[in-house]
Amino acid sequence: MEDPRTTALVLFQVWVSVLLGLVMLPAMFGLSLGVTGVYIQILVRILEWATLRIQRGRKEMPGVSTPLPLNGIIQREGGSMEQEMLEVRGSRPGGSLAEGEFALGDVFYFHKKGMESIVDDQVTQCFSSEELASWNLLTRTNQNFYYISLRLTVVWGVGVFVRYCILFPLRITLAIIGLTWLVIGTTLVGFLPESSTKQWLSERVHLMCYRICARGLSATVHYHNKENRPKKGGICVANHTTPIDIVILANDGCYSMVGQVHGGLMGVIQRSMVRSCPHVWFERTEMKDRNAVTNRLRDHVACKNKLPILIFPEGTCINNTSVMMFKKGSFEIGGTIYPVAIKYDPRFGDAFWNSAKYNMVSYLLRMMTSWAIVVNVWYLPPMTKQVGEDASQFAQRVKSAIALQGGLIDLAWDGGLKRARVKDSQKEEQQKMYSSIIVGPEGPSSPLHLHTQD
Amino acid sequence: MGSRASTLLREEEIEEIKKETGFSHSQITRLYSRFSSLDKGENGTLSREDFQRIPELAINPLGDRIINAFFPEGEDQVNFRGFMRTLAHFRPIEDNEKNKDPTASEPLNSRTNKLLFAFQLYDLDRDDKISRDELLQVLRMMVGVNISDEQLGSIADRTIQEADQNGDSSISFNEFIKVLEKVDVEQKMSIRFLH
Repeated sequence: MEDPRTTALVLFQVWVSVLLGLVMLPAMFGLSLGVTGVYIQILVRILEWATLRIQRGRKEMPGVSTPLPLNGIIQREGGSMEQEMLEVRGSRPGGSLAEGEFALGDVFYFHKKGMESIVDDQVTQCFSSEELASWNLLTRTNQNFYYISLRLTVVWGVGVFVRYCILFPLRITLAIIGLTWLVIGTTLVGFLPESSTKQWLSERVHLMCYRICARGLSATVHYHNKENRPKKGGICVANHTTPIDIVILANDGCYSMVGQVHGGLMGVIQRSMVRSCPHVWFERTEMKDRNAVTNRLRDHVACKNKLPILIFPEGTCINNTSVMMFKKGSFEIGGTIYPVAIKYDPRFGDAFWNSAKYNMVSYLLRMMTSWAIVVNVWYLPPMTKQVGEDASQFAQRVKSAIALQGGLIDLAWDGGLKRARVKDSQKEEQQKMYSSIIVGPEGPSSPLHLHTQD
Repeated sequence: MGSRASTLLREEEIEEIKKETGFSHSQITRLYSRFSSLDKGENGTLSREDFQRIPELAINPLGDRIINAFFPEGEDQVNFRGFMRTLAHFRPIEDNEKNKDPTASEPLNSRTNKLLFAFQLYDLDRDDKISRDELLQVLRMMVGVNISDEQLGSIADRTIQEADQNGDSSISFNEFIKVLEKVDVEQKMSIRFLH
């Protein structure tokens, strides 16, 4: 039949021109029509209403448990290992022991610490999504599903429809357009000879594509302190929550990416990107050789003309409530470090990529069916390694600055614990500390210090 | 997808656990979330590996013994009831417990039961005595390689000598209680659970 086909064609044309006109053109020039802003405001109102409604509903229902405060199931108390051991000794019948003896009650300290960590520990909660203070009308964040009211369920239902049937197709189209244009654009620019025009064009192309991709996620980014934006020849360092971090940062500046060579679609994108401006892609075998990696990055940084490198020193995705140990490799390269703190607003969608649970495709699908992505990005003042400071101390300093700015918890644990076991050396530290307590002053001289983690 | 933790835990079960352990409704649901997040295999039980995955527990010198306490004799899996029963030992002792029904069995978190729980950390073969060997094993776990065998041996001998009252060269549960008479067990073996 002729008619359905022509109507379909017309609809398609309308669809494309709407996209072009309202989304892509403004994106190319870095302008915004403000649609997303209005959308976010409406969302905030709805979510606030939902929160109040849920709270009221809970009060009216007897026997429904109120959720416990988010800062933990337990409150940790007690002093350091030294203090606890001394207390046990002080209360022994027959007078207190001389310092440097074993007491049967010494096990209490380890027992209690062990049980506390079973109930609530700092590390495992970093690798799963942050819990919300109140339900944000997404099925996936629904921890305790109680039927509260008809209106709430209707709003939720409308939300599902809007997200899956209206927003999702829009976003998918934009993402596809964005990526295709990235590949085509960078390949075209790659044909030009090396010149400042080429660089300028390459930057334009990259920015445009990332802006389209950001629209494809309904991302609203607030950049703070733009005067500290990373400059050429520097190293940009940020906390890592999701691969989308790259899109978020690249919306406001051009960076040289660092990463492993992938196959498939990622590989195509990587190869075309590197034609227009120098990114640093490593083969899998090269990554094992730390010296080779450091040298290559050092060469890149030494060339003051090249774009700043973007590195995520945590090495893995963390759930955006804490910052885990920064690997010191990035801080040995030299050059100026430009720290950046990224904080996602969890009300609008959970940005954390739990790579153990979801693969890349299902993660992107979840992202595209969330409400939106609202991010705060703070550019921190540049830092350099000070005299007398080694790479890991420098890394710690940068990490603390980022954690402070982003309102994140500063943890010393290694992000690698997501997949690997903890090192035995940390247990040995504990044993050493305890030994020096019971052997006393004549024992091996090891400084008694408060419990620190490596 | 998001965990529908509390919907998998039936109200009757929550009531039973409440009666047995004394935890409140919200504490039980919260601990069930914790249990589920540790349960990587998603089969409703925890294995020893699930515990060892907790870094803070893995670096605890007595980690293995603490994990052992969750598993009943000879078993490799612990379900949520067993998990809660073991955790209940560390609930703080509250005053209102003392006025409970005198015919009811002693609550899991009484002073005596807390001490028994700690005693069982030493007494691996459950013969109600801490032998010299058992004491040495625990000592060795806590000090690692930093103290010689001879020194450790003399520490163990001294400890048994001071605690032993009936001359059988081992520490019985009553002797254990006597030694720890003045220690504030309530504070040292309690975790402050938020309501």
